[in-house]
Amino acid sequence: MGWAIDVIILLPLGAALALVTLPRAGSASLSRPLALGVAAIEFAFAIWVAVAFKTGNAHAGFQFTTRQSWFGPLGISWYVGVDGISLFLVAVTALLFPIAMASPPVRNSPRAFYGWMLLLESACMATFLSLDAFLFFIAFEVTLVPGYFLIVGGEGPRRAYAATKFFLFTFAGSAFLFVGIIFTYLLVQGHEPHGTVDSFNIVALARGTVNLPVTDQDLLLVAFGIAFAVKMPLVPFHTWMPDAYSEAPTGVSMVLAGVLFKLGAYGILRWGIFLFPLAAVQLAPLALTLGVIGVIWGSVVAAMQKDLKRLVAYGSLAGVGFIVVGLFGFTSQGITGGILEMVNHTLVTGALFLLVGMVWERRRTYAFSQLGGLQRATPILGWVFMVVILADLGLPGLNGFIGEFLVLIGTFITHRWWAVVATSGAVLGAVYLLWAYQRVFHGPAQAVNATLKDMTWAERVAVAPLLAAIIFIGVYPQPVLSRMEPAVDHLVAHIEAADPGFKIPAKARGHGTFVVPKDQVVAVLGASGPAPGGAGSLKTASAKRGAK
Amino acid sequence: MNGPTSAAPHLVAAGCTINEVTGRITGLCTSKGSVHIAINYPALVPLLVLGGGALVVLFFSAVLPKRPYRGLWAGLTALAGTGTVADGLLQWQQLNGSSVTPVTIGDQLFYDHMGAFFVVLFGAATVLGAAISDGYLEREGLDGPEPYVLMLACSLGAVLMADAAGFVTLFLGLEILSISLYAMSAYHRWRAASGEAGLKYLILGSLASAIFIYGAALIYGATGSLQYLGVVSFLADNALFQNGILLGGMVLVIVGLGFKVAAVPFHFWSPDVYQGAPTPFVGYMAAVAKAAGFAALLRVLMLALPTLTSTWRPIIWVLATLSIVFGSVLALVQVDLKRMLAYSSISQAGYVLIGLQAGTAQGVQAVAFYVFTYTFMVIGTFAILGVLQGRGEARNDLSAVRGLATRSPWLAGAMLVLLLGQAGVPLTSGFLGKWVVIQAVLGQGQYELGLIGMLGAAVAAFFYLRVALVMFLAPDGAGAAPSAALTLSSAGGPGAATVGGESTGGEGDGGPGWAAGRPGGYLGSDLHAIVTAGLNARDKALALRPPPHSRVRVPAATAAVIVLCVVFTVFAGVSTPVLSWAHAITLPWSV
Repeated sequence: MGWAIDVIILLPLGAALALVTLPRAGSASLSRPLALGVAAIEFAFAIWVAVAFKTGNAHAGFQFTTRQSWFGPLGISWYVGVDGISLFLVAVTALLFPIAMASPPVRNSPRAFYGWMLLLESACMATFLSLDAFLFFIAFEVTLVPGYFLIVGGEGPRRAYAATKFFLFTFAGSAFLFVGIIFTYLLVQGHEPHGTVDSFNIVALARGTVNLPVTDQDLLLVAFGIAFAVKMPLVPFHTWMPDAYSEAPTGVSMVLAGVLFKLGAYGILRWGIFLFPLAAVQLAPLALTLGVIGVIWGSVVAAMQKDLKRLVAYGSLAGVGFIVVGLFGFTSQGITGGILEMVNHTLVTGALFLLVGMVWERRRTYAFSQLGGLQRATPILGWVFMVVILADLGLPGLNGFIGEFLVLIGTFITHRWWAVVATSGAVLGAVYLLWAYQRVFHGPAQAVNATLKDMTWAERVAVAPLLAAIIFIGVYPQPVLSRMEPAVDHLVAHIEAADPGFKIPAKARGHGTFVVPKDQVVAVLGASGPAPGGAGSLKTASAKRGAK
Repeated sequence: MNGPTSAAPHLVAAGCTINEVTGRITGLCTSKGSVHIAINYPALVPLLVLGGGALVVLFFSAVLPKRPYRGLWAGLTALAGTGTVADGLLQWQQLNGSSVTPVTIGDQLFYDHMGAFFVVLFGAATVLGAAISDGYLEREGLDGPEPYVLMLACSLGAVLMADAAGFVTLFLGLEILSISLYAMSAYHRWRAASGEAGLKYLILGSLASAIFIYGAALIYGATGSLQYLGVVSFLADNALFQNGILLGGMVLVIVGLGFKVAAVPFHFWSPDVYQGAPTPFVGYMAAVAKAAGFAALLRVLMLALPTLTSTWRPIIWVLATLSIVFGSVLALVQVDLKRMLAYSSISQAGYVLIGLQAGTAQGVQAVAFYVFTYTFMVIGTFAILGVLQGRGEARNDLSAVRGLATRSPWLAGAMLVLLLGQAGVPLTSGFLGKWVVIQAVLGQGQYELGLIGMLGAAVAAFFYLRVALVMFLAPDGAGAAPSAALTLSSAGGPGAATVGGESTGGEGDGGPGWAAGRPGGYLGSDLHAIVTAGLNARDKALALRPPPHSRVRVPAATAAVIVLCVVFTVFAGVSTPVLSWAHAITLPWSV
């Protein structure tokens, strides 16, 4: 069934290429239905994969894998697959893209807008699904080009500046990832003189990286981390972000904040923590501190914005900080919560940017000074906005609550004080979000604001799936969590196995029912891939070395 | 390594003494007093094809009337180039099939995989160069056989440089290549800049040649041989008490060849020559002169002086770093696209030097892949520039590409791919090239160099993006009055959404709309800032001129070259044949 993943990656790419070759006369009218149709098919595939995904500890590894040699001489292969960590990121990405595409292109021609959006979707999917470091890097980097042209197609006066800054910051960050990936590969190869590690695939790399000297691991994690921190963005690396988000048109802001953010957060989990667990534990205080700073800084700066869109942009900075706090707790709950927060963040931030875009459509401004009293004229918009904000705040019954709760208890177990400080983020979040709601929807309506039209049916249809997902995860998270847990438990066991000094309390190891034999963690994770040496080869490799 | 030892039983039978390691004949063959110099005739075929092609063109130009069929000269040149490509591929086949001696013709020429690879490269560059020159020379009223003869001679020199197994042959190739290029640079008769370029190149190039030959002489003085084989065997067998002369010679040779590849700090000629010389010739020159220079550097450093690896690697390290840093940074402040591409190609040379710096077989393969793919990117870019600049090379500054996406979307798309390729964005061959050179150098533990290279690429991305931005974003003529454009665009409101993009494509041939500064014009204040960042006042005015009014006319041959270059850039970036081919290159010996 691996072909389903191939289709998810290649279908939008093919559609983008098809759009380019459309004759100019038909492109204006054809490109929109074509793009939306492809995005809908894409979503159907993602849902199918999510439903067919097997749960249980026996299926903690990658499913739906395809492996095909690609650049033979370099040991690079087309190796894709999905596990509990990436599954729901793929699903929400597939959900968000059609909604974002349904929003009107601003300055780009329709063909350009839909073409770039499809290319971006393909690259995002490939980033989540690739299990080969080279393929991952390509996908991670390719997102820049459509991102650049989509931001440039925005409407703000500083869009070229914002787009260029976005491109250059991320490109410079990726330089470290580029060097880091190649260096990891070479070091791992150097450590496996018998050529058991011959490729860039994640299982082979993870098998090798645990044997590297600690300083090497630290340096490599820092190199990876810089690239991901710029992309996420973590606080000292975030300056490109508010510009890019506020200059981009609505649909583009949705995917930038909803999906592109997650590439960095996902990258640090999949390629940072998984490859260098020992270094991750050592550097966790640094990462947690940056995360906590992000939570507080993002919330405070968001509260001070005079502009609704920039407020949402800074608010998403706080959300990313929260994700990092969860991931670097290294407990089953914390990591599950972090991943769930990524999913939630996609849904909530996507919905917020969509709603902010609706406000813009009506009022042609984001400034709080011009808004106010919209509730009376647009009650449905106001209520939807309220629900999304409450989800963001973590109201029980909505998705945000589950994620925040898991993050905080998970990290509290191992890194107490960071969790305590991060909790204040929930309070600060309430401050800026509710205050924003109050300034936009309450109060006396200015003359124009009283005559605005409420949400059209098309807009209601666009926002409905997001709301449905928000409520579904809030009231019945079990199908989601049960798919995430096996993979997360293995990851936790992997971290523990790599670092003998780091003991996770039993209650933080998933359900406490499952203990992975330390030597076989990596082998189990790669069990469904045709890993050279088969299961338990880490053990055999070390045994071999010992025999010599 | 090839196994050349069992090379020639008939030679042994003829009484020749064969060196076990290299397979070469030492001394005279004794049988019946015969003097036998082993010659691999296939090794000569590319030289004969290119030289013969030049003679054929000269011959026809003498017997045919003054203005024969259009495209005849270019066609003949391209034919010779195609023949060279075919020869190169045949050589590769033959080298795969049997074990042959890697050095031939009295140790003067290599006959190996690397040589065959570069023969294909030079043949392809000749075909592409001839095809884009035809339309250009026609437009400029300069059509004639001479530049094609020079081009073929230049390719011959390049093949000689890449195949040379001794300093004399290398110098011969270097001079044939250089002198042809001097003349080609000065070929545009009524552009003063072209004459200036030729003269500058001649004077500085002659100096570099002199330095090179002096270096070769010093190496000869130190080792007693002008053949790489002689040098390497001498250095392997003898420990020098004082190797000052040898090191001096090595440094001078590096300087001479560094000049050819335009590595900083030997790059000063390059922006002026690129700016002045006829555009298609610049594309050809950027590809061929660089590739030949790098081939020669590889041969000299890896095959003649491998014992000095620890000495020349730091030198190359410095050259690579300087080239990347200065090339990328200085390109930021250029308004003239040809100058910008000159600095860009300086920084690209830095990446090739990174591969060379590794000093391993993997590095050689990376260098080969890089220069091969760069050939297509750079020739394609100059081909597009050549058609955009208009008659008399009227426009070479940023405004020449302004609004190209609406004037000619396909050309803009092609340019975008080639620019992203040079910036090293994934799914292009430029990315894969950077990947392999950096992998090679990281294999030697030089992660600083890898990091410098990639951060330099981020700087370089800015000026490639700037060109893309100008192409895609500035079709209106309101740039001369930025404040007006800003107010207009903010007042445009909802109407702005319908203007621009492809909806204005119909006006692409230059109606009054260009200059009028329509409502909803694209040029906001920040776009201004990005387009003119780093430029001085005069250049700013140049960059912000309205786009040229004339319709872009792309000659068929040039269009074919552009398509080929774009397709190749993507093909080599996403598929493996070219990479595998480059990875099959082996050196005849390693120490």
